[in-house]
Amino acid sequence: MASEIQNVPAVPELNRKDFVTSNDVRWCPGCGDYAILNSLQRTLPELGVPREKIVIISGIGCSSRFPYYMNTYGFHTIHGRAPTVATGVKVANPDLSVWIVTGDGDGLSIGGNHLLHLLRRNLNVTVLLFNNRIYGLTKGQYSPTSPIGTRTKTTPSGSIDNPINPLLFALGAEATFIARTIDNNPKHMVETFKAAHEHQGVSFVEILQNCVIFNDSAWDPIYSKENREDHLLKLEAGQALLFGKNNDKGIRLNGLVPEIVDVASAAPGEILIHQPDHQSPLHAQMLASFGLPDFPTPIGVIRSIQRPTYSALISDQMEEAMAKKGTGSWKELLHGSSTWTVE
Amino acid sequence: MTPSTRGFREMKAAVVRFAGDSGDGMQIVGERFSDTSVTVPNAIATFPDYPAEIRAPIGTIAGVSAFQVHFGSQTVLTPGDEPDTLVAMNPAALAVHLYDLVEGGLLIVNSAAFTPENLAMAGFASNPLDDPSLKKKYDLMEIDINGLVVEALKDSPLTMRDKLRTKNFFALGFTYWVYGRPLEPTIAYITDKWEKKLPDVAVANIRVLKAGYFLGETTEVTRNRYMVARAEVAPGTYRKISGNEAIALGLIAAAKKAGRELLFSGYPITPASSILETLAGFKHFGIKTVQAEDEIAAIGVAIGASFAGQIGVTGTSGPGMCLKSEFIGLAVSTELPLVIVNVQRGGPSTGLPTKTEQSDLLEAFYGRHGESPLPIVAANSPSDCFRAAYEAVRIALIYSTPVILLSDGYLANGSEPWKIPEEESLREINKPFADPSKPYLAFERDPVTLARTQAIPGQAGLEHRLGGLEKDTKGSISYNSENHEEMTRLRAAKVEAVTQIIPPLHVTGEKTGKLLVLGWGGTHGAITSAVDALRAEGFDVSSTNLRYLNPMPSDLGALIKGFDQVLIPELNSGQLSLLIRARFLVDAISMTKIQGRPFKVSEIRERILQLLND
Repeated sequence: MASEIQNVPAVPELNRKDFVTSNDVRWCPGCGDYAILNSLQRTLPELGVPREKIVIISGIGCSSRFPYYMNTYGFHTIHGRAPTVATGVKVANPDLSVWIVTGDGDGLSIGGNHLLHLLRRNLNVTVLLFNNRIYGLTKGQYSPTSPIGTRTKTTPSGSIDNPINPLLFALGAEATFIARTIDNNPKHMVETFKAAHEHQGVSFVEILQNCVIFNDSAWDPIYSKENREDHLLKLEAGQALLFGKNNDKGIRLNGLVPEIVDVASAAPGEILIHQPDHQSPLHAQMLASFGLPDFPTPIGVIRSIQRPTYSALISDQMEEAMAKKGTGSWKELLHGSSTWTVE
Repeated sequence: MTPSTRGFREMKAAVVRFAGDSGDGMQIVGERFSDTSVTVPNAIATFPDYPAEIRAPIGTIAGVSAFQVHFGSQTVLTPGDEPDTLVAMNPAALAVHLYDLVEGGLLIVNSAAFTPENLAMAGFASNPLDDPSLKKKYDLMEIDINGLVVEALKDSPLTMRDKLRTKNFFALGFTYWVYGRPLEPTIAYITDKWEKKLPDVAVANIRVLKAGYFLGETTEVTRNRYMVARAEVAPGTYRKISGNEAIALGLIAAAKKAGRELLFSGYPITPASSILETLAGFKHFGIKTVQAEDEIAAIGVAIGASFAGQIGVTGTSGPGMCLKSEFIGLAVSTELPLVIVNVQRGGPSTGLPTKTEQSDLLEAFYGRHGESPLPIVAANSPSDCFRAAYEAVRIALIYSTPVILLSDGYLANGSEPWKIPEEESLREINKPFADPSKPYLAFERDPVTLARTQAIPGQAGLEHRLGGLEKDTKGSISYNSENHEEMTRLRAAKVEAVTQIIPPLHVTGEKTGKLLVLGWGGTHGAITSAVDALRAEGFDVSSTNLRYLNPMPSDLGALIKGFDQVLIPELNSGQLSLLIRARFLVDAISMTKIQGRPFKVSEIRERILQLLND
């Protein structure tokens, strides 16, 4: 299957400034979205894709204002439906590099159905899901990723809905590329965005993002300076699953159950090696399920496997039809299979 | 086997209705009768009437499926009011359809199906065939079709069950004898369909078809037979086409003419699904289809395709329209070309999924939040769906706007002969994308059409952002209150500008007089038939059909003012009449029917006569 995106170097060379628009960025001061915007503007010039072939499509919410701040083609659509518009764009023109920007409410609540179908179709686009575990633009209601007991204006006694784990959701839809990154590590974001872009097929990236106004410090237990060594598990393909100060802790399996072990006391070869290309979803499911309080939170590429993409399959079927029936003519269109003539 | 005219009573037109259980193959024999009639040639129109359930319990009222054919030696514009011949394959079919049969009409029944069990399921306390009044009122022909089929197939290797499944072709054969129709087209059809895969079935069906015909020939020498003469049909090449097929072809033709690719995205819904099914078979024309996960996604995919420079189309029926309304608003706001096909059915809610209605007109006008006007066009016959779809694409592209195309279940499923147009006769559609050598403003407007010009992803230097937030005339987001009013009025003025390309109204009859019958959509055939007949009898009545509902044609006001009275027949509770009254301050008379069925010509005729005689 031919690569859908022509990785021809853009002429002239692009830099970050080429992707900045003249619009004032209107997120709250200190919002995690600034760092994400910056990281994507740093990533795109390095992809070798001409600017006019990049399309950013969003739904509704704070994160979905993103296209207005990117000097590419962009479409700020309606709440939850960005995956549908992105599907139309990508099917119409598979040569485009399509990025969907969504949030935990937009992507997993009102738009959960569309995200599910986008992932299972393996459309060759990248989804950036900004997860701040709160509704920001509507001023602070709990979201589908808020932990049980979250107190907000709509849940004064605490929320009672079990939260969605975005990575498990993506895995359930059999997404072919699943990753997580964090808004306080630009280098990691750029690396992750690049890997997502390079993947042929749907790429799902959860970004842990801080809402400074309505849910400040929600991710601090995971990624603050004092917590990150013990609570973040950085994934790298082919490397052992290690974390902690001096990488002194590792993950091993006890039967089917993962457990944390001191590296010093582990038997040789006992620590699990990260293999994102495992065809079986078990390895990815284990990692996607990790989180406080029992396990560190993984960041990086959790899963990356190959499957034919949706638009490639459409092209294949069209080519096959044309090979079998020839290119459709006006006469065939209008006359069909059976006509009669009146003299 | 060409019949002589000896022994035939001549008729200008006849209506035959085949009715039976939904597993009895009534749609197939109805289609065969139609196809045979067009080769005579006769003018024809057909109407299938099938239940919402695929296989309702056998023998029940709910499971009755019917197919009506109207064929004539003159113009035929409707599938006909009442049948002259009714074929009833079981008691339930008789119970559902007998009331429509004209007095003295031919009633063919399969007497073998009139068992106590079937009679009870159809709600008969006693066997209606034993009632002498039935024989008095109708020309009753009782045939033990089951028995005769089994006898005709006594040497066939088919199972008893499969033998009995051929009984629809027996009924068809007998009906062919009554109307002196040739058997060859049906034999060719059976051969083509079954000879290779199921040769025994092909042989059995042909044998039974002939047995039905010969039954008439050998035993019914005194029975009336009917001859409908050849129609004087305009020379040309014809095909039979249903409304939904015609929509599919019209969309493809318009896209080809405009030099754009077509992407159709839909979600299965009765009675619109066959548009998606038809288009899925046109991949070799470069047509892309997406079966989306829901109605909302279906229109989202179409909008995405339009944004990328193709012509995005979605199709649905009433309930789906409700789901799409937020996205239609986005297309209005971003001024993207888009066609939304609504094949109307009885509502509200799930309503009458397989029955027709015209009750989504006001929804098309006003069924969105905010001020969100868009052009609305309506098809008026099955073959006219081609032109209507073509026009919808043309307007969408030239005016850079979403367009709603209204069809209905009656047009979608009905079929008629279509004189195939020459490609050259189709109007040009010319709407180029933005010129990359010039500065681009996404919402700069053409001074005449007020339409904006699209730049599409892939065009270097024209990168821009679209969205549902209000924008100023240059395309930048604006929350300014004066700007919002200006933009609201601009969007409305652009839709109103579509009157520039609306041709003058076609009027049947004089352009002034006592009574104008004003219709829209699928009522065209019934209204025109009634008005034509009354005019031939010397009555002062005219009619017109609105292809363009929004904006309304600029000559409509003057036409209405030229008549003493205006009658508006609609299959809803008076939606167009509400609009006409508000727009033209005229005391229009509303005529409504909300029964899931089209108007009969006689119903419109009677109402016109009442008004003219008052």
